[in-house]
Amino acid sequence: MSSAKNININLKIWRQKNAKSKGSMETYKLDNVSTASSFLEMLDQLNEQLINEKTEPIAFDHDCREGICGMCSLYINGRAHGPDTGITTCQLHMRMFKDGDTIFVEPWRSKAFPVIKDLVVDRSSFDRIQQAGGFVSVNTSGNTIDANATPINKNDADKSFEAAACIGCGACVATCKNGSAMLFVGAKVSQYALLPQGKVEAATRVLNMVRQMDEEGFGNCTNTGACEIECPKGISLENIARMNREYLKASMK
Amino acid sequence: MAKSALLKSSIGKKYWMALTGLFLCLFLAGHLAGNLQLIFGDALKFNQYALFMTSNPAVKLLSYLTYLSIIFHAVDGILLTIQNKKARPIAYAMNNPQKNSSSASRNMAVLGTVILVFIVTHMVNFWAKMHFDEKMPLQTVRIEVQPGMAQEFYITTAGGYMPKDGVELKNKTDLIDINAHVKVGEAYKDLHKITFAFFKDEKYGLIFTILYVLAMGVLAFHLLHGFQSAFQSLGVNNKFTPALKTFGKLFAIIVPLLFAIIPVCIHFNFILKH
Amino acid sequence: MKLDSKIPEGSISEKWTNHKNHLKLVAPNNRPKIDVIVVGTGLAGAAAAASLGEMGYNVKAFCFQDSPRRAHSIAAQGGINAAKNYQNDGDSIYRLFYDTIKGGDYRAREANVHRLAEVSGNIIDQCVAQGVPFARDYGGLLDNRSFGGTQVQRTFYAAGQTGQQLLLGAYSAISRQIGLGRVQMFNRHEMLDLVKVDGKARGIIARNLITGEIERHSAHAVIIASGGYGNVYFLSTNAMGSNVTAGWKIHKQGAAFANPCYVQIHPTCIPVHGINQSKLTLMSESLRNSGRIWVPKKKEDAEAIRAGKLKPTQIAEDDRDYYLERKYPAFGNLVPRDVASRAAKEVCDAGHGIEGNATNEGVYLDFSTEIQTKGKQSAYAKGNHNPTAEEITALGKQWLEEKYGNLFTMYQKITDENPYETPMKIYPAVHYTMGGVWVDYNLQSTIPGCFVAGEANFSDHGANRLGASALMQGLADGYFVLPYTVSDYLADEIRTGKISTDLPEFAEAENRVKELINKFLGNNGTKSVDHFHKELGHIMWNKVGMGRNEQGLKEAIEEIALLKKEFHSDVYVPGSADELNPELEKALRVADFIELGQLMAMDALQRKESCGGHFREEYQDSEGETLRDDENFKFVGAWEYKGDDISKEELHKEELKYEFIKIAARNYK
Repeated sequence: MSSAKNININLKIWRQKNAKSKGSMETYKLDNVSTASSFLEMLDQLNEQLINEKTEPIAFDHDCREGICGMCSLYINGRAHGPDTGITTCQLHMRMFKDGDTIFVEPWRSKAFPVIKDLVVDRSSFDRIQQAGGFVSVNTSGNTIDANATPINKNDADKSFEAAACIGCGACVATCKNGSAMLFVGAKVSQYALLPQGKVEAATRVLNMVRQMDEEGFGNCTNTGACEIECPKGISLENIARMNREYLKASMK
Repeated sequence: MAKSALLKSSIGKKYWMALTGLFLCLFLAGHLAGNLQLIFGDALKFNQYALFMTSNPAVKLLSYLTYLSIIFHAVDGILLTIQNKKARPIAYAMNNPQKNSSSASRNMAVLGTVILVFIVTHMVNFWAKMHFDEKMPLQTVRIEVQPGMAQEFYITTAGGYMPKDGVELKNKTDLIDINAHVKVGEAYKDLHKITFAFFKDEKYGLIFTILYVLAMGVLAFHLLHGFQSAFQSLGVNNKFTPALKTFGKLFAIIVPLLFAIIPVCIHFNFILKH
Repeated sequence: MKLDSKIPEGSISEKWTNHKNHLKLVAPNNRPKIDVIVVGTGLAGAAAAASLGEMGYNVKAFCFQDSPRRAHSIAAQGGINAAKNYQNDGDSIYRLFYDTIKGGDYRAREANVHRLAEVSGNIIDQCVAQGVPFARDYGGLLDNRSFGGTQVQRTFYAAGQTGQQLLLGAYSAISRQIGLGRVQMFNRHEMLDLVKVDGKARGIIARNLITGEIERHSAHAVIIASGGYGNVYFLSTNAMGSNVTAGWKIHKQGAAFANPCYVQIHPTCIPVHGINQSKLTLMSESLRNSGRIWVPKKKEDAEAIRAGKLKPTQIAEDDRDYYLERKYPAFGNLVPRDVASRAAKEVCDAGHGIEGNATNEGVYLDFSTEIQTKGKQSAYAKGNHNPTAEEITALGKQWLEEKYGNLFTMYQKITDENPYETPMKIYPAVHYTMGGVWVDYNLQSTIPGCFVAGEANFSDHGANRLGASALMQGLADGYFVLPYTVSDYLADEIRTGKISTDLPEFAEAENRVKELINKFLGNNGTKSVDHFHKELGHIMWNKVGMGRNEQGLKEAIEEIALLKKEFHSDVYVPGSADELNPELEKALRVADFIELGQLMAMDALQRKESCGGHFREEYQDSEGETLRDDENFKFVGAWEYKGDDISKEELHKEELKYEFIKIAARNYK
């Protein structure tokens, strides 16, 4: 890409030895970063520099590097997944920054996402919410009815898909001033509530998932809408409203 | 489990915030309608309205609901704020929330607290006087009984006049004939008068007016987020939501604005007299 | 070592049914007494763990990611094949079977592939029942698209996120079992060795990646579902953490490794941008349904484009070479992946490449024709029979956005170019590995009790995998094969009782792991792990990549052997063993990649023919197409580990028998 150029940047990055130790923001300088690089490739470059200096590289979560696994999780310059919208950190490119910029890099901050090391946090609370009810109780024999036996209204199917697009990265929690996980849980509840297959267990599902969500220590939704803006998959606030409806229905039963 | 979830769960708390909040919006609309009589109606009508509001059993019930709502809204809000603060024990060194949310939505607790303080002082200034003050003035009228000789009369709730020096007071508003020692009528508490006195006070009237206007500004911001947020919390997010949001914005601006206009008019004498 | 494929007797369409009917069972009351370990939680692993847990076995599942939901199956974009014939275009189990065998260039086992085609329909039923939101049409029924190498529409999809939706389906199933306590999940754990007792797989050694603790886990059977080894090339479409370690460790313990040279180079990836690039991003093959691939006919145009002096939209229609349509009129842009990839390499090697990077490697994938066609159709569908050019373009773009919106956005975010306005730049990249651990019909490796599923095994795709078949295989193995075949094996284990982790074999394996870790940490070399990984990738891409030849392969074998030595003496791994240490994790993985890389080159060298993803430059016809040698190479090449010197590995051959499909030259013209 001919438009790429090299920039020099300063970084302020959270370093923390392990879950028990206290961390702090440390300053680094990195030169010759290609603007065609992704943000994580920039961190690779910094780590290579640190390793060559025989100092310990920065631990950060990442895997697929194409915006779908949900593993990367950085709070960059005060925003979840950085200054661009509709993307994950691995899809953030250095062309969003200017020569001489100082970039702040912090881990997700949430009681339910404790820091493991440096920028790595523990998001198993999301797994536990899913385990509490994020499924259809069908066995895996394959001896179900034919897939086309139950037509599903395209609009509902599309809405369900949009909710199911959630990658569980936790940006909603990280960006929410209350550290609330309602966009995540709302998306899960909605995906199933919109499909006939999921309706059977809709009531127990929403009650159990919300109970688990509360137990994990997430904050409460105050409808600021920040999560929707920062969600890399554009999960809509409609899903929180749907969860609220489902919960009300379930509680009345 | 389901029933207790409605009180204890995070979503349950949201419902209560939303329901009490929306109820308080209704209260605001009613209260505003009454208050507007301060600048559009005459003193008697306003005092009649004030009496109605303090004596009608249905209204009383509503007012208790309002007190409850305010308390519940505040307590629930405080509980939620505590829970939410706990959910993020370590703050970000660098945060840029203005990129993804309105400042009103992020500061509901602060706005709410200011409004709560306002409500308390407001009640001390007006509600408490109306209800408990032994020296609450009663509405009187000066009538020229003979040319060059005016006499002061109480206006009775029955629509008559009782000469002020012919009666004595009992139970704040009962008019007792000084001679016959029987109750001859009931006077109106003059809320109109103390309201005007309050905002026209030579020393503090201007300050009170400014503070009142500021409080309404805070209320506007609180409503700006709160009104539409309540519907989202109750699970209403559909094709009507954009219209609802617009209505919410209009409500959030117009209602506090009209409230704020009243003391300004009083202070600066822009009163429409009949 | 003897390779017994255990292919059941009988007609092809009855083999699996008959076989299943005669497999041994474990009674429900006995299942809780039996432990099963599953390594990897992608489609195959999560599906197997969920199914076995549901049956009542004690399952322990392991993944190195922070959640089972992150496995790289999630990144599959295009879709999943199933012989449902919903579109009424003549599809059947036999056709899917045939297409897969042919697509694999006649190097896959008939029986396995037929079984895959048989259960493909169940997968769709199963996933829909689980709440996987597949794309639907306005009648509420499932929609299909077509994929490379086929002439029917049998691919089910969920926008460009089919893998994600299927994995989340499997994740929901495993989550349910975890919630019920039937599956114990070990996130952020990496298997570092297999423990064998009396020749049988009896457990694993795993490192807790957070605390660094080396843990012993015992079981009556071990299932490896740890994915493919594409990262041996450093740059690939695989996730950064994808690795071969689990598969390689069992290989070292006696599992044969089959066909390592079969690597799929995916034709539609975003070209390389620079030296710090860490991975390559795939643009779904489904885009080839709508995009036309071309390069400038004139070299000077290509040069001007690379120099930024000319835009692709300025090249006249007559000056464009739609080389796939020209060479393969019957399949056009939808030829199989290996054919499309090689054709791209060919035109770039001839100087027509359009990407301004170090290698000039890139071709165009152009949607302008589709915008016009679909725009017109949409206009007509809306009752507008005289649309203006602007209306057509707008509707066409809208159609594209509905179909591929997320892919187009992804492309734009990465490259800063708008694919609705200018053609996409694409180039082949390493994507999938057909080779893997050798398994028999029951998916059991040459180690009793050690099963291998999904991309980690070699079984179903031959020398080339057709698009939308990987998801099918992963779920078929996990949901519909392993539960039966593993139970058959476990039927003899009901009297074994709990396996103690205090056995000397566990201590031995643990010591091996600890020694290796300590060696790396104490090495105090001068170069980072990535340095060696990139070196390896460089050798592999240039000499064991899209075009291979004897000399290059021989060089590669030597260079990799040298690299291995250098790596072990000069790698620098910072940090300690008892903490989260990503560099240590990488070092352990790269050590295995280096050894595997050498074996891949050896396998490519011995296979003196071209087939599917394996293209030996010496063996091509006059038009540059692959030239198979069925007489001498119609076999699965399975390698047996013979100690630290990889060049000593011994090749075993499993002859492939084609009883139901007539073997023929693969022709997409």
